[in-house]
Amino acid sequence: MPVGLTQYLVVAAILFTIGIAGIILNRKNIIVILMSVELILLSVNINFVAFSAYHSDLTGQVFALFVLTVAAAEAAIGLAVLVTYYRNRGSIAVEDINAMKG
Amino acid sequence: MNLAAAFFYLFSAIMIASAFIVIVARNPVHSVLFLILAFVNAAGLFMIAGAEFLAMILIVVYVGAVAVLFLFVVMMLDVDFAELKEGFLQYLPIGSLIGIGVLIELVLIVGAWVVAPSSPGASPTAVAPDLSNTAALGQILYTKYFYLFQAAGLVLLTAMIGAIVLTLRHKPDVKRQDIAEQNARTPTEVTMRKVPSRAGLQG
Repeated sequence: MPVGLTQYLVVAAILFTIGIAGIILNRKNIIVILMSVELILLSVNINFVAFSAYHSDLTGQVFALFVLTVAAAEAAIGLAVLVTYYRNRGSIAVEDINAMKG
Repeated sequence: MNLAAAFFYLFSAIMIASAFIVIVARNPVHSVLFLILAFVNAAGLFMIAGAEFLAMILIVVYVGAVAVLFLFVVMMLDVDFAELKEGFLQYLPIGSLIGIGVLIELVLIVGAWVVAPSSPGASPTAVAPDLSNTAALGQILYTKYFYLFQAAGLVLLTAMIGAIVLTLRHKPDVKRQDIAEQNARTPTEVTMRKVPSRAGLQG
């Protein structure tokens, strides 16, 4: 079976599903949730690159570059918030994060 | 099956398997290490698709920076991760249900989509045949998408300032340099002492 666009899309879809399932399965562990978000963004990037190669259009790769930028910023901010939270509360369990509930 | 296809299936299989281990591993350090493996294999997939620059960026930025950041945070926090893993079996049915539902929807989309007839002709930035991927990407990134490129830089600057502001703290009992106080000090407040060699300052 030669590699075409469909193979890339199926791989990206499976990766996206694993990311979604990871968020639901690890509801207590915010670090694994952040890693699952990274997996989801990676699957989006694979889609962008696959369509870019399919259409011979570089715009998809430029956009994937921006997605990568935002993903890196998100990971940095998320982990900084996590470290600050752990310093103040001594725990990172998601269910303990309820100080702002109405 | 040619070589590129063989490598495509190899990279895809390893990437999906390691992504699966990321979400089910008991030890988050193992999760981070398998996340790195998934990123490396995704870089291989990018390479097969012809996006060499993005493949290298993926290795440098994700494996070199983001994954190591995750590793630092996981090792720095003294958390009982076994306790955080407790709800795993409880959430397994709903998690698999939603996952399978999303996968079915995505597969239906992949099986049914078509390219709009107007779309290929409207391709605004075609790949230049005589340029390498990096050169072609640079030529449109620094001209056509220059403002977006600047905006990406601003996003990174904001993230950097935010991360520093969030994690910076001043401990009360740590002596810090106060330049204004040092400059305002008069010579009468300072005593000069001759310190003998290898004896130190006594009293």
